[in-house]
Amino acid sequence: MTDQLETAQHPEGLQRVVIEPLTRVEGHGKVTLLLDDDNHIKQARLHIVEFRGFEKFIQGRPYWELPVLVQRLCGICPVSHHLAAAKATDMLVGATQLTPAAEKIRRLMHYGQTLQSHALHFFHLCSPDLLFGFDDEIRHRNIVGVIEDHPEIAKQGVLLRKYGQEVIRVTAGKRVHGTGAIPGGVNKSISTDERQYLRKDIDQIIDWSQAAVELIKRIFTEQFDYHMAFATIDSNMMSMIGDDGAFDIYHGGLRAKAADGQMIFDHVDYTSYEQYLREGVKSWSYMKFPFIRSLGTWDGWYRVGPLARVNNCDFFTTPLAEQERKVFREIGQGRPVQASLAYHWARLIELLYCAEAIKDLLFDDDLLSDDLLVKGDMQACGIGVLEAPRGTLFHHYEIDADGLVEKANLIVSTTNNNQAMNESIRQVANHYLDGKQLTEPLLNQIEVAIRAYDPCLSCATHALGKMPLEVQLLNSEGDLLDRLLKRADGVIGIPEDRENNG
Amino acid sequence: MIDDRPILVFAYGNPSRGDDALGPTMYELLEEQQRQAGLLSDVALLTDFQLQIEHATDLQHRQRVVFIDASLTASPPYELDPVQPEQDISYTTHAMSPAAVLSVYQQIHRQPPPTTYMLSIRGYTFELGKPLCARARSHLQAAFEFLMKGQLLKFE
Repeated sequence: MTDQLETAQHPEGLQRVVIEPLTRVEGHGKVTLLLDDDNHIKQARLHIVEFRGFEKFIQGRPYWELPVLVQRLCGICPVSHHLAAAKATDMLVGATQLTPAAEKIRRLMHYGQTLQSHALHFFHLCSPDLLFGFDDEIRHRNIVGVIEDHPEIAKQGVLLRKYGQEVIRVTAGKRVHGTGAIPGGVNKSISTDERQYLRKDIDQIIDWSQAAVELIKRIFTEQFDYHMAFATIDSNMMSMIGDDGAFDIYHGGLRAKAADGQMIFDHVDYTSYEQYLREGVKSWSYMKFPFIRSLGTWDGWYRVGPLARVNNCDFFTTPLAEQERKVFREIGQGRPVQASLAYHWARLIELLYCAEAIKDLLFDDDLLSDDLLVKGDMQACGIGVLEAPRGTLFHHYEIDADGLVEKANLIVSTTNNNQAMNESIRQVANHYLDGKQLTEPLLNQIEVAIRAYDPCLSCATHALGKMPLEVQLLNSEGDLLDRLLKRADGVIGIPEDRENNG
Repeated sequence: MIDDRPILVFAYGNPSRGDDALGPTMYELLEEQQRQAGLLSDVALLTDFQLQIEHATDLQHRQRVVFIDASLTASPPYELDPVQPEQDISYTTHAMSPAAVLSVYQQIHRQPPPTTYMLSIRGYTFELGKPLCARARSHLQAAFEFLMKGQLLKFE
């Protein structure tokens, strides 16, 4: 257990180390470590520096704008927000069952988004750590290093990303700020030319996805015991599930399993999520801490995302992904796989599933149909939930008689994983950093644990070049003893003011 | 479906995040020139929230590339700088710098990237839901006039 590291008993007498910004993580977050004079870790926390404000951004806007508007919350997974909002507005307009064409076009868009997101995360953000080791020289431990040493792998990563973006462009109408999903359906079908264009490369995409799964299996099993132990925590897991227990990231009920695999709840209608989940708050973080209501704050936190989804589902509907799921589940020896680094493995099984599912849809003639829209009786409340690349995403809106949003509540994937990420960094701090002189490779291990979850901390974009990493060392009295600066180019140096002051 | 016009303008940023909208707003202004005035016929226009690895593939077959982004450090109203491929870290977010995108291009295509410039328009505030501030709007207009009157978007 690492819970005792959440809050130190006497923080006033401890050294403070700050890791800010977190590298290869989207948004403004930082980790603080409190150490005693012998470098023993007494407290470890992941803080979100700037996060909320979505709801205020949305309130007062007409409901029909929501699927387009919410894309601007996040430059990383705008399609997930687009589709979650579209599902919520389906409920608002009383569209209880979409046409086959509309649902399949939305699914195609979602699979394209998940494919490109997972490809970016693995090839760009995590493969440097996994291929070169956590203590590799920092200037080499990045995507350019991967390209230099493993040009074919890197090229496949780029082209997988590109393919996913093309699926989004075709289904959403344009590459960014698409308008494809609208309340009650979609606004365009797929033309035969567009379908043929996407069909052309899909077999290659499946081959590369299979190769990616083989690569992560090889990496994981080469140091099996280490990867099974690093940042590993026992947690509940929650995900969406199909009616028949199949893996489903677009629509279904909610399933939660305990760390030992026992069912906590199953096939829960997501519109009743407030009866099953609550959002806790802590004084030291802007981000909320969701938990399963029946288990309480202490035992009810859970993980979402690829690890939870692959653990929770009974089967995949595509053959290659199902084959890989069985291999993956074997390492859990009958229990859910709890290794945090297994997120990468699960993520790539999902990548393979998306590639296969895209191919299936590209041979489904419903995509060409012009029967795209349904409407029903207007409702005052709309809730849309799906599995975004990083995990379960909730959009909940209430509108007034004029159709303007009165209340909005969004629970994004990273918020669902908040407690889990904190638990993981405490495990790493306890096992790998405690009592040691802190170095950049050691601090990188904290970041490796966070990156396994692929957190998106800001859901917004910003100008580059303003976020150097500064590490401060304070003595027991809180006086600043030393500072180091990691610039945006990765070079570690002495802060200018310290240099000038001698 | 491949747009292989010789000049690429890639303007990026979040349209709903204050002055981060400078890039996408410039995209809209240039698109309007194409659509309504029939100008900039040799220019392909692209926009996105931020630069990513796959954008290296958009650089293929171009003779010149102009990236446009908001900047918190550029001298007002804007700065134009050449960009060289650089193996920088671009580590603070999922996004990449223009220099890193050129480097990816060079590595995956095994050839030098096209001549590339970075047009950095000075911005000031980047809050979610805020519009462009008055100073940023003024800088945007100056940068737009520079692009329309200069040689950068003309194909020789």
